Amino acid sequence: MSDPLQVTHLGLIDYQQAYRRQLETVDEVRAGAPSQLLFCEHPAVLTLGRMTKPGTVLWSPEQLEKAGVQLVKVDRGGDVTLHAPGQLVVYPIVDLNRYGRDLHRHLRLLEDVAMAVLRRFDIEPRREPGQTGVWVGPDKLVSIGIGVKRWITYHGIGINVNTDLSLFRMIKPCGLNVEMSSISHIIGRNLDMNDVMAKVRDEFFRVYADNKGVYHGTRNAA
Amino acid sequence: MVRVTLPELGEGIAEATVACFHLKPGDPVNVDDDVVEVVTDKATFNVASTAAGRIAETFVAEGDQVPVGAALFSVSDS
Repeated sequence: MSDPLQVTHLGLIDYQQAYRRQLETVDEVRAGAPSQLLFCEHPAVLTLGRMTKPGTVLWSPEQLEKAGVQLVKVDRGGDVTLHAPGQLVVYPIVDLNRYGRDLHRHLRLLEDVAMAVLRRFDIEPRREPGQTGVWVGPDKLVSIGIGVKRWITYHGIGINVNTDLSLFRMIKPCGLNVEMSSISHIIGRNLDMNDVMAKVRDEFFRVYADNKGVYHGTRNAA
Repeated sequence: MVRVTLPELGEGIAEATVACFHLKPGDPVNVDDDVVEVVTDKATFNVASTAAGRIAETFVAEGDQVPVGAALFSVSDS
């Protein structure tokens, strides 16, 4: 069976530039192109989702400017989040017309992908009841927030791989009183981002291939 | 006059919160133009127009929680 997902590596890329690339890709997918995974990292940037509550950015605008951290309002679900080098950002531009029109199901599948990747590093992840994202012990490691246009998804997942965790002191991540962690913090060494991207790609293909039939109601007939 | 409603967003999703309108009454609109954005959990969803014309009326406001099937806005022919 041919793979319906294409992978594009954007490298270290400005947040707004990557955002424009996502919207272009949404249009391409809408015109019939295969669903895409965009992999990238961003220079330090705080993004404010649609449900951002007052007081979740702890630093003043002056402090952020001095530290060279951008602040951007974005059209994804959720509260404030931080992107920085060492965090693997995955933007799945996925046509949910092909994978089932279910927003919450898509969020759970993204969690499944991230959890499967962490298990490959012998990390035991968990979900937090009532929340979206992936936790390890008391700490949060993966943040998820998506936007959807005509049932095509954009925005996506931030996996803290080698992220400088001290940067999270700027915010209450996702509006929660939670400590953020990273894969490197847990396993005690920095990881090769290419290796992590390969694992994300593999698990994404596996999870979504597993669910395509379910969504189309054809799994039992196959 | 065409009324556009909040579509089914997935299993167990009974309602969503209105985040913002991209267009206002009187604005011209085409089929598939995004008109209003709603939020559920960590997902935003753009509800597009199903008709071309002008936005006639909006029936909900930013911050409102609206049930699936509720009318969000209407589009007039002209």
